[in-house]
This record gives sequence, C-alpha cells and structure tokens, in this order.
Amino acid sequence: MSLVVGVPRALLFHEYGPLMLELLRQCGARAVLSPVTNKQILQAGLEVCVDEACLPVKVFFGHVAYLAEHVDALFVPRFVSVERGAYICPKLMGLPDMVRARAPGVPRLVDPCIDMSRGLGKMARSMVELGPALGVSSSRLAIALARSLKAASATAKTRLGGEQTAVTYGGVRIGVLGHEYNLNDPYISLDLVGKIRRLGATPVTAGSYSHQETVRWERQRIRRGAKRLFWTYGRRLLGAAYRWLDTGEVDGIVHLASFGCGPESFISEIIQYEAGEQNSLPLLCVNIDEHSAEAGLSTRLEAFIDTVAMRKCEYANHLPTPGQPVDTR
Amino acid sequence: MRITFPHLGNLWIPVKAFLSSLGHDVITPPPTTKRTLSIGARHTPDGACLPLKVTMGNFIEAAELGADAILMVGGIGPCRLGYYCELQRRALARAGCSAQLIVVEPPRSGLLEFANVVRTIRRRATLGQILEASRLAWAKFGAVDALDQAANAARWREARPGSVDACMRRGLALIDTAETCDAVRGFVEQTLHDVEGCVEAKPRPAVRVGVVGEIYIVMEPAVNMDVCKRLGRLGAQVVQPLTFSHWIESHVVCDIARWIPKPDVLSWSRPYLRHFVGGHGVESVGHSVEMARSGLHGVVHLAPMTCMPEIVAQSVLPCVSLAEGIPVMSLAVDEHTADVGFDTRLEAFFDLLSARVCEEGGSSSCPGSCPVST
Repeated sequence: MSLVVGVPRALLFHEYGPLMLELLRQCGARAVLSPVTNKQILQAGLEVCVDEACLPVKVFFGHVAYLAEHVDALFVPRFVSVERGAYICPKLMGLPDMVRARAPGVPRLVDPCIDMSRGLGKMARSMVELGPALGVSSSRLAIALARSLKAASATAKTRLGGEQTAVTYGGVRIGVLGHEYNLNDPYISLDLVGKIRRLGATPVTAGSYSHQETVRWERQRIRRGAKRLFWTYGRRLLGAAYRWLDTGEVDGIVHLASFGCGPESFISEIIQYEAGEQNSLPLLCVNIDEHSAEAGLSTRLEAFIDTVAMRKCEYANHLPTPGQPVDTR
Repeated sequence: MRITFPHLGNLWIPVKAFLSSLGHDVITPPPTTKRTLSIGARHTPDGACLPLKVTMGNFIEAAELGADAILMVGGIGPCRLGYYCELQRRALARAGCSAQLIVVEPPRSGLLEFANVVRTIRRRATLGQILEASRLAWAKFGAVDALDQAANAARWREARPGSVDACMRRGLALIDTAETCDAVRGFVEQTLHDVEGCVEAKPRPAVRVGVVGEIYIVMEPAVNMDVCKRLGRLGAQVVQPLTFSHWIESHVVCDIARWIPKPDVLSWSRPYLRHFVGGHGVESVGHSVEMARSGLHGVVHLAPMTCMPEIVAQSVLPCVSLAEGIPVMSLAVDEHTADVGFDTRLEAFFDLLSARVCEEGGSSSCPGSCPVST
C-alpha cells in the first residue's frame, strides 16, 4: 500500500508541477492532485485563511482543505529561494507553518525546505530529510530527484518552444504580466489570457520567456543604475516589462496583480513609472481579490484593447499619438 | 550638504548626534504628523506598506526645510524595505525634489558601494573622530532605549497622569543636547530618578502586556497611535522587546562579527514558525512565545497593512495563543487609522486581561471596576 500524498494545484505548483508529481511518483508515492480551482475551493480557503493574505494564498488553503480528507500526507514545500541572491516571497517561506496553524484536520505535511541561496550543499542536506518523510532511502531519493529534474527540464523546454512559435502572427499584441499561479489559474485570473484572445488580440505572457532571458533584460537595466530586485518572480515580471518597454514588441501591457501582494505592489509602481517616463506603451493594471466581478474586468479589457488598437492604427498612419500612457487603476 | 534621515521613534537623537559629530549640517525632519502621512501617501503606491509612505513624507518635509541629501537604509530582502530606496528615488524625482538619496546597503551586497557610501558620510573625519562619533551615538541609542523601557514599566503606576511622559520629554531633550558619553549617562540617571519620583504604589497586581510586531510600527508612536502610552494609561505595564540596541546587535553587529551569537528567537518560535520569513515575522512569534513563558498576561501584535512577514506571524499567532495560553490581539495599521477604534479595542482587550489577572490573584485583591480611560 503506497503512501497517498496530496498536491494542491495552487501557487508554485504552476511553476514546478511536473517536477513535484514526477518526484513523488519516482519515490513510489501515489500523488493526488486537487481539481482546478472552483467556487467551493475558494470558499473553503476563505474560511480558514487570514483576511489579509493575497488571493492565491487563500486559494491554496482551499486546495489544502479539499485534499485534507482524502490523503495521508500533503506535499507543501517551503520555497525560500530558487536562485542565489533572490527569494520567493515571505508568505511562501512561511506557508507550511501557516497551513499547520490555520487548516483544521490537516494531515501530516511533507515540507522540504527549498533554499538555493545558501549553495547546493545546504540544499542537499535539507532534501535528505525528505527521504524518511516519504518512506524512501536517501539513495533512492537521490535517483528519484535526478530523474524528475531531468524530466521536468525536458517538459519546460517543450513548453517554452511551443509558446514562442504561437505568438508570431499579426494584430494587436498584448503583453500580460502576472505571477504564473494567477495567470495559469482561470478561476483566479478570470481567464484573462483567454479573454484577450477572444477579443482578437494576441497575448504574450512573461512566463513564455525563459528565466535566463528575463534576468538578462533586468540586468541591462541594473547597469543603468537601478537596484537589483530580490524576488525571483518579480525579476521575471520586471525583466519582461523592461524588454517590452524598450523594444515595443507588444502594443500594450496588462498587469494582473493580486491585492495585497507585496512584490507586485512595488513592481507595478516601477513599471508605471518607466512606462510614463518613456511615454511608450499603454498600461492596464488590474488588481484581483476574492470579490472579483467578471463583468468589470471584461469592460476594462475591451476598452483597453480598443484603445491599443486605435493607437496602433494612428502610429501606422503617422498621425500624432495620444500623449499619456493609459492607466486605468 | 544638508543631510536628513527618516524618523523612527527617537532614532533622530543618536543619528543626529552621529552625523553632527562627523561635521554634517543635519536637518531633523519635522515630527511625523497627519500631514506627513498624507504627503507620503500621495507620492507612493497605495498597495505599499505604511513605513514607505511615512518615510517618504519625512523626506519631502525635510526637503522643504532645505535638506539636499537623504540617508536611507537598503536591504537584500525578502522584506519590501530593501526596495524602498528605488521607489523613493523615483517618487522624489516625480515630486520635483532634487535631494540626493544616499542608500546604506549591507556590506555583503557589494563592498565597493558600501565603501562609497561610507566615504560620502565620513567626509573629512579621521578614524578617531568616527570612533568617537560612534561611541556617542551608541551611548545615545542605549539612553533612549533605557528611557523608553523605564517609561513603559512606570506609566501604569504614575501618580499624576502624564507626569512620566513629561519627565521623558525633558530627559530626551537633555540627551539630545549632551555632547559626551558621560553627560548622556548622567542625564539618563537623572531622568530615571525623576521617573521613580512620579510613581506611587498601586493596590492591584500589574497587568503585563507585551507589544510585538513589525519594528517600524512598534517603535514609531506617531503611526501606532501611541499604543504603549495608551496601554500604560489604561493601567498596563508594557514590555517591548524591540529596541534600537536589540536591532543593531542582531542586524549590524552580528552581521559583521559572525562569531557573536544572535539572540535566538527562532528557537522560541520553532514549534509554530520554523523558518525565517523576513522582516520581524519570526521575532513577533518568538517574542510572543517567550512572553507567555515568562508570565506576561497578553500580547498586542502590530503590523502595517499587507506586511508579508507579519501576515505569516498573524496566521500563526492564534495557535501560539491557544498552546501557550496567552491572549494575543493583532492590529493592522495603515494611513487611515482612527485612534478611537484603537482605543476601543485596547480597552476591551485590557479589560479582559485584568479580569484574568484578578481571577488568578484571587478576588480579594481585585478592585471593583477596571480603570477606563476617558
């Protein structure tokens, strides 16, 4: 009888999902994935989570509550840092503790500490603790880890390649900024990417660039005097935004931020400032929380895409352009 | 160069002493008021945390007084404080303020930049002068901490309302004028003696309340609605473990001299919060645990709205409260805070605590009614 481990389909599952599932499979555990976020899951999350947390964390609690009854253990890694000199987010650093304290009747947590900022040695030591938690020996764990890393990087490569070919046709191109765990969850993001597509525009997400690319773009800015950001996913968003502002690869930027998100509150301000300085691209900032009404988003998005399309036509006809970037906060 | 810095409680006294001993023309920003808050909020994003808004207001008010250089701390995350400087630099430019922002980053994020900043601050001072300035600043740090703690411990027993705070104000003004370490020590002793003279014996046992949370909110009375004073006037003996000396020891001294052991809050918080989460999240949980074990009666937890580390702490604190048997009240602060709302909550919390203290101490020592502020 193999160990049944629940994996919440929320937060960094949207980044490391294939790796997590493959690792659990290689270790001989049966992984149970929670369903795509729905109203019941969000409601369950709202009941247990603190009010001040951001929407994706509340949704995570909902997935935990859904899985709690069906599994022997829950896989909730503590993501501290995935690269040197940058962190993820304080809330994700304390996530297993928050789950333990808030979610009633939660089964045993498997919470390896992912902290690459201190070097690989420390990282390996914290991964060793995962062995007993999953009931496997260290050597089997090491093999499982190596195999799942390899499999996950192969999936990531095909994903990146696939998306880049998809964005080559004409029309209005909208750059979409936002954390993967918001954009990839149609319930949280109110299917923002799908809506843009249905309005006849081509969405380009920050997640479609590789981490190396976005870091390189951010670094180009640092040379011009900006301070390096210390949130990994913030760097990705900022790097993509800088790229779009500099090259004009897209015709407008939509930033989907969750209300109460610390990094995004700062990144959004910096992008607004830069867009205003360079007077280059229209920008739409959307804040989401659990009260999101779909009609509100649709209206804003339609108006924004119309504006962007008009602006593009004016550019094409060499007419004077509207002065200020559009900011409908 | 007319240099200024952000306010944080009584931080201005030692920082002013340090910078003027190095020969700078120091401009202390006007005390934080509602105007500071509204100026700061106008120039910063609304989703940002309160300390960014208040310090921004300080900078603009100091620039109005003629400051042209601003000293600010940096950081390497994961708390947002480390990126304040980038937003403030842009906001200053947009506000049409020409003051230059000098950001003190921790040495390990870049030795060269650190050396540059040190050179700017140092001016032409010799090493001896720098050491002398640091000694004076350190003495003043210790002095304001000692006075704060004495006032927090004494306020509930004061004979005449407001007398302890009057002593404090006089003492702080004296310490500000002191030019040698000996003078600082003398003034501290004198003020502590004065404070002792203001208190009388109370018939009931002390209700001891701890104040924990994000350091800026805990230490800046202008934004925390004077929570220590309010609790003291209600009749609580206030314990506040976050002090300047504590901060400097754990963040500066231990950072440079790695062999000095850090105060081990993580071991206190480990059953509830097992990992550092940035800011003062671990401190909030750890100190609450330690307070429960050392017999305090309640904890007030303060955090700026949307503070990431404190949201983690706030999630965990109810668990601490249940397991350690100590009431904890979390209060979020932003620029819209109304002090009446604060008063009501603190009064209710204090009433509950004093009822518990009475039960523990036997009903004989319990006064008829709990003190209520008007």
